[in-house]
Amino acid sequence: MITLKGTPPAEVEITPLENDPTCGALHTTPPTTHFYVVGKNGEFADVIVSLKDADGKDITGKSTGANAAPIVLDQKGCLYEPQILAAQTGQKVIVKNSDPCIHNVHSTSKAGNTEHNDVQISGGPDLTYTFDKPEMFMKFQCDVHPWMFAWVTLFDSPYFAVSGQDGKFVIKNVPPGKYTVVATHRKLGNQTQVIDVPDSGATANFTFEAK
Amino acid sequence: MTNVKFNRSLYWFAVLTAVATFLLLAAGGMVTSREAGMSVPDWPNSYGYNMFSFPPSKWIGGIFYEHTHRLWASTVGFLTTILAAWLLWKDPRKWMKRLGVAAFLLVIAQGVLGGLRVVLKMDNLGTVHGVVGQTFFVLMCSLALFTSKFWLRISEQPKVNVPGTLRTLVLATTFLIFCQLILGSTMRGQHAGLSINTFPSAYGKVWPDTSPDAIQMYNAQRVEITNVNPITAFQVILQMVHRIVALLIFIFVTICAIRAWRQLGKSDALTKLALCWFALIDVQICLGAATIWTNKAADVATAHVLVGALSLVTGALWCIIAFGRSVRAPETQNEAFGAFGTFAGNK
Repeated sequence: MITLKGTPPAEVEITPLENDPTCGALHTTPPTTHFYVVGKNGEFADVIVSLKDADGKDITGKSTGANAAPIVLDQKGCLYEPQILAAQTGQKVIVKNSDPCIHNVHSTSKAGNTEHNDVQISGGPDLTYTFDKPEMFMKFQCDVHPWMFAWVTLFDSPYFAVSGQDGKFVIKNVPPGKYTVVATHRKLGNQTQVIDVPDSGATANFTFEAK
Repeated sequence: MTNVKFNRSLYWFAVLTAVATFLLLAAGGMVTSREAGMSVPDWPNSYGYNMFSFPPSKWIGGIFYEHTHRLWASTVGFLTTILAAWLLWKDPRKWMKRLGVAAFLLVIAQGVLGGLRVVLKMDNLGTVHGVVGQTFFVLMCSLALFTSKFWLRISEQPKVNVPGTLRTLVLATTFLIFCQLILGSTMRGQHAGLSINTFPSAYGKVWPDTSPDAIQMYNAQRVEITNVNPITAFQVILQMVHRIVALLIFIFVTICAIRAWRQLGKSDALTKLALCWFALIDVQICLGAATIWTNKAADVATAHVLVGALSLVTGALWCIIAFGRSVRAPETQNEAFGAFGTFAGNK
């Protein structure tokens, strides 16, 4: 379970989206940023939780991405949905365009993954990407609509999850052993815990604080 | 001896090209300010269309800024080509012919640089593209000056010495402005928005905390709509250096204006130009502050880029005119190069 204490900065209305004739018409309420997705009781979504070994080193060479189901990134209402995702290296990332307008899908990497910048017209075919290097928060953006962003985190193992709106996360099929659990929020950084995972599984709770 | 006669048509065409270049800087500035540089993924085509037949109905969002920038750049390239050819054909000064060819080559290089920035997806090339654009603008304004009646009149007048210390001071200040423009272009090329969002203080301090914890706190507090790259300590320091250099430029330009007033007299053209320079720097500082207070509003940030370009050009033209007056401008081709050499030696 991930929770947030304190009051994060208020989200702001995405006024350029509202002012865009095509994109603005796709929203009935003013669209806002989603940097801190927090429930009534502090349930904190969009936190990437992953496992490292007991010494805090990355788990590498364990990717099953080539055989895993693809993850899907949609463009809907001139926003990316979801905005925080995680995938394995070698796992397909499918980008859809559900909007009535053109987007360019532009991924930028700081870890040496291939940078893409592709056109995706309304109703056009999905775009499929794979990335081969682990990376935290690799950015996807649309430069036609410069408020559109999504961040895809890539791991070289299947041992990760993204917390949901209830603040919960599940990492499946973890072999028993001692691990370092790392919880990372794009704005608030990392927290770590070392835990023993028995056959029956284990739980870890993290509390972030908005300063 | 070759007498250079004023060619009104050539002069106004050079002015037109310089104005078009200024507007191109505005268009380019808007591309970066609107984060639209990669909104047209292909080059030299636009979304698979020939650039000139890309339907206006598809110029939506960031595409509008990037595509109009490309079209306007093509116009400037066309004007520059004509100007270069005109200089080669009509201007008797060999060095002017060479400057025309240099302008032609530079505008081609600048266009290719802009295209490569898109095709190779390299932010750093965008920074270089910005700096070369400013340099090209200086060259175009210089060509307009050299074809003007004002310049030819200077050439015919007896030598009027502009004190060497004043010339050196203006030259050094102009170079400082050029360095400042490189800093500014680098900052804009980070696509991280404002690394310090307060002015005149920096996060409430004279010098901001750049420790990892502080940087994380700044990032946590930012709620960006565009320019979402996290800021780094390097970017915070970069903006502080930009502020310090701005202060130095203000001091130097003020000294230049005062010394020009005292040493050349208030009615001298160079004094008037120095006062204009001082006014531009004042406006530029206000625009720099406004860029922060408006959270880098696109039009304000672009105006900041444009006044920066005008400040650079003003300093450069001041130096050129001072040189033209201090060393009797030659009317023969060979003397002209000698004169430029003398100017370099006087620095």
